[in-house]
Amino acid sequence: MAEPRALILAGYGINCDKETKFAFERAGARAELVHINDLIDGHRRLEDYQILAFPGGFSYGDDTGAGNALASRIRNHLWDDVRKFVERDHLAIGICNGFQVMANLGLLPALDGNYGNREVALVHNDNARYTDRWVDLRFEGNSVWANGLKFMSLPIAHGEGKFYASEKMLKRISGAEQVAARYDYDYVCMHGELEANPNGSLEDIAAISDESGRLIGMMPHPERAIDFTQLPYWTLKKERLLREGREVPDEAPGIHIFKNGVEYFK
Amino acid sequence: MDHRIEIAQTISDMRARVRKRDLESAGFSGMIDDVRLVDVYTLDQDFSDDILERISSMLTNPVFQESKIDDSFKPEFDYAVEVGFLPGVTDNVGNTAREGVFDLLKRGLDGQTVYSSQLMFLSGDLSREDAQGIGESVANPLIQRIHVKSYDEFSSDNGMGVVVPKVNISEKPSADLVDILSVSDDELIVIGKRGIANSDGTRRGPLALDLTYMHAIRDYFKQQGRNPMDVELESLAQTWSEHCKHTIFADPIDDIADGLYKHFIQRATNEIRHAKGEKDFCISVFTDNGGVIIFDDDNALVDKGETHNSPSRLDGYGGAGTGIGGVIRDPLGTGLASKVFALNYNFCFADPREKRPLFRGRDFTQPLEGALKNTSDIIAGVRDYGNQSGIPTTNGTVSYDSRFNGKPLVFVRAAGVMPRESAGRLSHEKQAQPGDYIVMVGGKVGKDGIHGATFSSEAIDAGSPATAVQIGDPITQKKMNDAIVDEARDLGLYNSITDNGAGGLSCSVAEMGRESGGCYVDLGKVPLKYPGLNHWETWISESQERMTLAVPKDKWNDFSDLMERRDVEASVIGEFTDSGKCVVEYEGDRVMDMDMKFLHNGLPPRPMKTTFTRPTHEEPDFPTPKDLTDSIHSMLERPNIASFEFISQQYDHEVQGGSVIKPLQGRGRVNGDATVTKPILSSNKGVVMSQGINPSYSDIDTYNMAAAAIDTAIRNAVATGANLEHLALMDNFCWCSSNEPERLGQLKRAVQACYDTTVDYGTPFISGKDSMFNDFNGFDEDGNAIKISVPPTLLVSSIGVIDDVSKAISLDSKIPGDLVYVLGATHNELGGSEYFAMMGDKLRGEKFIGNGVPSVDTNVNRRLYGNLSQAIDQGLVASAQSVHRGGLAVALAKTAIGGRLGMEVDMGEIPSHTTRDDYTLFSESQGRVVVTVDPNKSDEFEEKMDDSMHSRIGRVRGDDKFIVYGKNGPIVNASVDEMLRSYKSTFKDY
Repeated sequence: MAEPRALILAGYGINCDKETKFAFERAGARAELVHINDLIDGHRRLEDYQILAFPGGFSYGDDTGAGNALASRIRNHLWDDVRKFVERDHLAIGICNGFQVMANLGLLPALDGNYGNREVALVHNDNARYTDRWVDLRFEGNSVWANGLKFMSLPIAHGEGKFYASEKMLKRISGAEQVAARYDYDYVCMHGELEANPNGSLEDIAAISDESGRLIGMMPHPERAIDFTQLPYWTLKKERLLREGREVPDEAPGIHIFKNGVEYFK
Repeated sequence: MDHRIEIAQTISDMRARVRKRDLESAGFSGMIDDVRLVDVYTLDQDFSDDILERISSMLTNPVFQESKIDDSFKPEFDYAVEVGFLPGVTDNVGNTAREGVFDLLKRGLDGQTVYSSQLMFLSGDLSREDAQGIGESVANPLIQRIHVKSYDEFSSDNGMGVVVPKVNISEKPSADLVDILSVSDDELIVIGKRGIANSDGTRRGPLALDLTYMHAIRDYFKQQGRNPMDVELESLAQTWSEHCKHTIFADPIDDIADGLYKHFIQRATNEIRHAKGEKDFCISVFTDNGGVIIFDDDNALVDKGETHNSPSRLDGYGGAGTGIGGVIRDPLGTGLASKVFALNYNFCFADPREKRPLFRGRDFTQPLEGALKNTSDIIAGVRDYGNQSGIPTTNGTVSYDSRFNGKPLVFVRAAGVMPRESAGRLSHEKQAQPGDYIVMVGGKVGKDGIHGATFSSEAIDAGSPATAVQIGDPITQKKMNDAIVDEARDLGLYNSITDNGAGGLSCSVAEMGRESGGCYVDLGKVPLKYPGLNHWETWISESQERMTLAVPKDKWNDFSDLMERRDVEASVIGEFTDSGKCVVEYEGDRVMDMDMKFLHNGLPPRPMKTTFTRPTHEEPDFPTPKDLTDSIHSMLERPNIASFEFISQQYDHEVQGGSVIKPLQGRGRVNGDATVTKPILSSNKGVVMSQGINPSYSDIDTYNMAAAAIDTAIRNAVATGANLEHLALMDNFCWCSSNEPERLGQLKRAVQACYDTTVDYGTPFISGKDSMFNDFNGFDEDGNAIKISVPPTLLVSSIGVIDDVSKAISLDSKIPGDLVYVLGATHNELGGSEYFAMMGDKLRGEKFIGNGVPSVDTNVNRRLYGNLSQAIDQGLVASAQSVHRGGLAVALAKTAIGGRLGMEVDMGEIPSHTTRDDYTLFSESQGRVVVTVDPNKSDEFEEKMDDSMHSRIGRVRGDDKFIVYGKNGPIVNASVDEMLRSYKSTFKDY
């Protein structure tokens, strides 16, 4: 299959849908914005797609807990379709609010391949305040989305992004290589004198996958880091590269996550 | 039977820990040992145990929460404080929970169904008064209820009890005739000032109609041979309000018969557009909800600024939130609708450390929110609405002055983008046609926001209506926004659109009715939040999140179907006509029947006279401080200069993926003056947005204040990469006491400066806004009557286009060895400066003002900005920082802090007309920029700047030292690290 079809979920306060679509298109997918109600009333069918993206945003304004209300709507109306979708050889990605939705739906970590149980949570940041800043990430684990990735700097923007799970659950996730990325201290933190872990996440966990590695949820926003000029210190990097007589790149590393998703179907 | 579900965390609750910290800084330090929070949902309908269990599990995340149904958590505590909304106040959490219940049961239910509240368990050495005070410090009694119980009361009552804040209005809606034909002028004055009398003698709230207007209205109705209905009078009050008609800018003033707006602002823009000829980039100016300019061949930009000062003083969170929510609807209601891609804020606050209370009423009644709570809530209100709207809040400014304690200024701004053609039509044009349905889309109508327009046209005092305060619902707006901009517009499903802001339906429908030539509305079809609104209330309510559209009858099915599928409420409430009349009915009863002409143009001009005396202030007389290093640190700590990173970081400035130059720049994360955003991800073109605001210069001369604001707005944008030839401006006047000749004289000078300065720069105003009565009339901590007026303030916003965003410039120095230049000359212009204010505070406990206020030399600056634009475009500049508040020293310090690289500067090389080193360093002369340049490009750069004042004053160092050399050695010897600490110290715990 040359061009996988990516469904970018929209509606009810999801708000990173358009840039997520743009990132998937840049990576070579055929991406479409689909309002959740069009899935519910049958205007569109999930089975026509290979990639399902839960974008970031503020579904239902985070009321009753970030991601909870949208997860509830999906559980009440679309659960069978979603379960079938993820049980097939498909991919799904949840970014920020999308990760919160996937956690509430029990699509992640879905231990032993059992989808549908809430096992982890994204709770209020330690500073109890919405925070937009960049972080450094170290990738690990089994996720196809993180294939070949080691380090990357990406922005976060959330109020409820502290990864929480019981100790026992943490052990199992780590043991099954389901931690996909952890906050680390690297370029961005060093330059801005920022703490590595921006929200108090347990074990610095920023992203997890399901057991198969086909599903990933991450608090940072890769779709906001696909162009060089989206990077926080790009004007400095550009000046340094130019003085060294080197070329200034167009792209930024976030695109690789989307490319990994597209590559999977090639 | 009503039910109550309580939800508590089973793990350490960060919200509770932060709440405890906030309470400690709010004055309850040392009293509180522990805070626990419980989220409460109250259901006003009966459900089976099974359903209740399912609702509870829907609301509870078992990973870290537990719940109780019709039972209470009972930890160890001394006092329990519950905070919930008053009846009728928007309860977003409750609404979401209700939708969840609908979803769960797969059916709708009548009424609100679910109400949210929060319970706080406090332990510590507390009295009941303390507990009440804690409740009041987190809640606002205008919109929230506070319920306090001691441990014993809680135990014997078995919890807090169930409170259902349901709106119960039993009155049947009606419309009354108001006698204005037979009453005295005194009564007309009272009606105009305090409102129409209710049957019990109370008044309905300000109409803000003075006797001239009341006479015109009386004469009109005399001709009609009848008294007006209350709906008609209220409608006129809205349409004729200062807020809507901008009469101070429209009416004759001194010998200027065509008024300030036409004579100065519109004329300037007309002349600029004419002079630009084919290069004119304006598409639609001043006529629509926002100004429209060209972005590229296929797309247009829309820009609009607003203020929400009065509501923000009464309730910071709701006032500021609905301010930003309202300004988002302006680009949405411009042309056939544009998509908002950036928000900006400009706050003018009292120092949050200000502790002295203010009261609206006598005898210490009706206290205003304290400065700390008010400013924190305003910041949070913009944050939550902006973030939840999915629009980046890219940048802003914060200015401080004690005179902003009576009313803060909350400027908000929204910029949008739209295709220049949509569904075969020019998208900046719109025209409601006779026969089109009048369709209200979005939220429902309640009593909230009644008299917002007339209220903002007056000073805050004891009679200011609490209903003018409301809470926003950003998700309802987001759903409506997406359905319109992403779908309905390009399907061509409507002919015209405008937002419901000030004056609600009365203004939006009547405004669009001008396009077709008349309108007919059936109020019975307007969806209400709860029954019992009087007709005039339905008609003028400013309930948020609503747009009015003109939908052709043959498109209604498609439109209605689309809105339904997007879960957006849309209702036909009437029809546009060409009758020349605005007719409103309810169940067949006619409650309004007025000529459109009178409604819009019947207001008589009220000529104004002005006076102006330029004050002479004491000229400060102090010796040059021995240690200017210390002066720089003190300046960096001043609230007007200090980092407000804590604000930038809680605003999502990167959503939509277009962020290029961010609010925090360089390794030192310095607040920049301008941002660059890509509104269209697939294009390399960007939008530069900035602003200029200098309230303190008004103490000397408002002409200079306005000119400096314009110069700064332009300079900031150019220094970031904007092209001077494609740069537009917006004016936003926040004045005070605009019925006093001297204040009007100040206004006239400021507007004159707008004409003079923009014409010289060729930068047209494309949209504007004014708020003319930013005064507080109330009582101080001793119970004495006081009036606090803001300094006359003009915010100038700039919007420009950069052809290639990869050429944008940030403020931070980049590479050791780079050369430091100052562009432009420094004059002895310390009047109104931050340096004088600081030295006055230091030496005598009160700021110095001085007299030498900065002036703007547009000829010199225009050439300089043009040259700098070219130098940036050719890649000759490594960093650029516009020089404004705090002068050269602060600009140099920011460059160094941003780059976290040292710098050395030779005073002798700075082109300066002052006599003192401190004056040279801190003068706020306009027209200057600090840039750093690669030494290999310096020849080329200097050549480019050849006919502009430019001077190489130093170089970037590889270490941490920031040294300024005077005649006899270093006069400043600082470390960048220490400067960074000073810059960030003031608000580091906010």
